Amino acid sequence: MSNKDNKQPLIRIKKLYKVFGKNEKKVLEQVIAGKSKETILAETGHTVGLSDINLDIYPGEIFVIMGLSGSGKSTLIRHFNRLIEPTAGEIEIAGSDVMKLDSKELQEFRRQKMAMVFQRFGLMPHRTVLQNITYGLQVQGISKKEREVRGKEWLETVGLDGYANQYPSQLSGGQQQRVGLARALCTDADILLMDEAFSALDPLIRSEMQDQLIELQDKLHKTIVFITHDLDEALRIGDKIAILRDGILVQQGEPVDILLNPVDDYVEAFVKDVNRARALTVETVMQPQICRISSDTIGEALIQMRQSKQDYGYVVNDEGYRGVITQETLENVEENEHSNSINAALLEDVPSVQSDALLESVIPEMLENIHELPVLNAEGEVKGYLSRSTLADILSDQPSADANNTESSLKEKE
Amino acid sequence: MSDKSWLSEIPQLDRHQLLDFRKTLDGAYRSFSREYGDSIESFFDPLLSFLIWFEKLLLATPWWLVIAVLAVFAYAISRSWKLTVGVVLAFFLIGFLGMWENTMRTMSIITVSTMLAIILGVPIGVSMARSNRVQSIVTPILDVMQTMPAFVYLIPVVMLLGIGKIPGVIAVIIYAIPPVIRLTNLGIRLVDKEVLEAATAYGASSMQRLFGVQIPLAMPNIMAGINQTIMMALSMVVIASMIGVKGLGQPVLKAITNQYFTLGLLNGLAIVAIAIIFDRLSQSYAKRTLQDFGGH
Repeated sequence: MSNKDNKQPLIRIKKLYKVFGKNEKKVLEQVIAGKSKETILAETGHTVGLSDINLDIYPGEIFVIMGLSGSGKSTLIRHFNRLIEPTAGEIEIAGSDVMKLDSKELQEFRRQKMAMVFQRFGLMPHRTVLQNITYGLQVQGISKKEREVRGKEWLETVGLDGYANQYPSQLSGGQQQRVGLARALCTDADILLMDEAFSALDPLIRSEMQDQLIELQDKLHKTIVFITHDLDEALRIGDKIAILRDGILVQQGEPVDILLNPVDDYVEAFVKDVNRARALTVETVMQPQICRISSDTIGEALIQMRQSKQDYGYVVNDEGYRGVITQETLENVEENEHSNSINAALLEDVPSVQSDALLESVIPEMLENIHELPVLNAEGEVKGYLSRSTLADILSDQPSADANNTESSLKEKE
Repeated sequence: MSDKSWLSEIPQLDRHQLLDFRKTLDGAYRSFSREYGDSIESFFDPLLSFLIWFEKLLLATPWWLVIAVLAVFAYAISRSWKLTVGVVLAFFLIGFLGMWENTMRTMSIITVSTMLAIILGVPIGVSMARSNRVQSIVTPILDVMQTMPAFVYLIPVVMLLGIGKIPGVIAVIIYAIPPVIRLTNLGIRLVDKEVLEAATAYGASSMQRLFGVQIPLAMPNIMAGINQTIMMALSMVVIASMIGVKGLGQPVLKAITNQYFTLGLLNGLAIVAIAIIFDRLSQSYAKRTLQDFGGH
């Protein structure tokens, strides 16, 4: 969220509507008046593609737009570079009003500002890999020599050196999409539009490509608008996620928000099948209120413990987290020893977990210890705790998926 | 008329009215051709002199040079020795059987007609592909061109331009141009939408899209159209000979009227040979453009 404080959005979309049909403008009034998509289709034969879309996308962000097929996500992304003309609305990119560009300016805008990656790659079968990668440069009128130098660099970056003179049909799907990605990067545009870029690839290649995209993004800091129907993919690469349903944005926010606070049944249904253990970090589910024992002596510790009404506490000193001490232990210490400092013998050795660890990775530790585990941040400070019941709640809040999983794993055993 | 019911007989113009109708139309067209015939003819003069020049060139070139050039051509296009040897043999046999000059005449008129058909047809096909309106206007015209018996449209052409090479070329083009137009249109419409969208997304202008993406990707279809156009042009040779086009058609016509079976057969076979050669050559060229895409 820090983006919002110091940066202007790079892409701003306001009140965007798209109606498909012969008489868009007229039907638009009915859409704004609040008639449902079904009624409009039945009465006028027009399809409402998008309705009242408002988006702010900040520089350097991977913004994922997610929805099932027919939800209008591909229509939406095509508005960014006006491959589809909106019926009404404002599109502002890098401070300029895209809707006001004439066809020549639009062409120039597409050449300089944006590059696009397509679901079925959109490679030109009559051009070699290198010629495909440098297509954007050729369109811009850059000399062949420079094109080839720049093209070869990107070819290497995506790991396809040696394939320069092959034709796309000689490449596998994953390789073809690497060419598509290199073509998009080759124009040096700040904004990358990726329309279901990895959806046509098989799962293993897909996750490889996701890794590569994240890796590239760490270096290049592009602004990426990514369309997908796969929530796991969205959670993996997205800094922000917007969920689209029947042309309406139902929810947008950070991945955790979407996962933990779905606004309606639709989003919930989406979220249900996600492997939360792999999508959430400890930080997002831990509880903050804990009993921290920061005092040096046993007596003070006992007072702290009684005040907190907990029966155990996490002992910390200047060096950080030391261990867990229970009230029972403290009560058993003789009164005359209360001025002694807390020594290691009194502590129970409970492992801590890192706040940025994935839930998946803390499950074993969780199972081995009765106590709630303390959560440490990067500096080693105790930030909160994670209990078995919280973890169980979070991970089991998806009854159908769990049932399916156990069934299938049982079947596998048989 | 009045004693018959319109139920039992179709309502019909009477003979005088029909005669008047025909007379007015014929008269109008005749005066039109008298008025403009000369200027239209002179419009075609450059084409005529080109036709004559090309025919003379083919006739004046020594036979072995023609065959050599054809062989080089065949190999360059098809990269196949078999086809090249076939071309040499076929043309040698044609000459050996005394049909060399007529074959050269036919070749010249077919080549010029096909080239014209391509030059006119591809742009028409492109504009059809770009606009549904143009398509809806051109398609019925093409239907008429393909189904109207050649003799029918030969009448006004001959009335306007007399008999000779130019009306022959026009007749051949009218008959042979539809496939190249149709397949250019089809080919461009079949170009993968996403590929075209990609070109647009990278800021390609409409000319860059046309010459960089649409035409290259439509090439296999356009080549199929050109192939069909050549075949149909060849099949018009005999009909064209009726309006004074010299070539292999004339002996066939003579053979029909005089019942010279062998003469007809030999010249017919010569036409077939040329047809097969052109067909194989253009097809192998189309196949190679396909292989450029990595083979499908």
